[in-house]
Amino acid sequence: MATGAQASLDEQQSQEHLLAFRHGDVDAFEVLFRLHQRAVYGWILRMVRNPATAEDLTAETFWRIYQAHARFDPARGFEGWARRIATHAALDWMRSRKSERALTSELSFDPAARPVEDPAVAAEVRLKTAAAFRKLPPKLRIAAVLAVVEQQPHKEIADALGISVAAVKLRVFRALRLLRKDLERQGIRP
Amino acid sequence: MNTHDDESMKQLLREALPAVEDNPEPARDLWPAVLKRMDERPPMPPWFDWALLGGLVGLAAFFPSAIPVLLYYL
Repeated sequence: MATGAQASLDEQQSQEHLLAFRHGDVDAFEVLFRLHQRAVYGWILRMVRNPATAEDLTAETFWRIYQAHARFDPARGFEGWARRIATHAALDWMRSRKSERALTSELSFDPAARPVEDPAVAAEVRLKTAAAFRKLPPKLRIAAVLAVVEQQPHKEIADALGISVAAVKLRVFRALRLLRKDLERQGIRP
Repeated sequence: MNTHDDESMKQLLREALPAVEDNPEPARDLWPAVLKRMDERPPMPPWFDWALLGGLVGLAAFFPSAIPVLLYYL
């Protein structure tokens, strides 16, 4: 009973923070930031694959969130809305030239980390695969990395990109096809 | 591309780009960075708003008779 009452109180406080944030209250915004910072950072890191860039884009995302506070609909929840803004911030970053510099991130592969039959050949194939992947259009890259590498649910990816689940699947398919063609041009048959 | 090709391509991609660990955390508190942006960058109307404003001004300049219609819809 006490747990139920506490949950109800938490829910009420949460709603109050959302409503206050909608009216531009910075304290309520900080509460929401503290609650969702880690999730937003993790989502961005999965897309951009560089911790320093993910930190920068997380700050950018929350700045955009604050700018859009009047358009926030408390009934639709904060997390999905934040994820959508974060996805667009990551897409904007990928479209900019900045993304070219951070592509050799610490999250790209470590050839020594995986046991393989012929490490030298496998390492080269992985390097070329990662390089070919980086050449894909950003909107295909994001769909593919979230769906294939990070194995996030298609519904979540669709919501974050503002497209249908079918469109996510199509983007993943196109990304894989382009990747395969690029690798085949380099003499690699996956 | 058949299903087998599709799976082998996915596998290769997973090997080239390892998945991010669960629940990663930023190395620092990002709240000061957010506050700094809020102080430094006043909200800018998006380019679309400027384009719309320019279009309306152009319309009013070339077709003054459209002004009452525009005012009606404002």
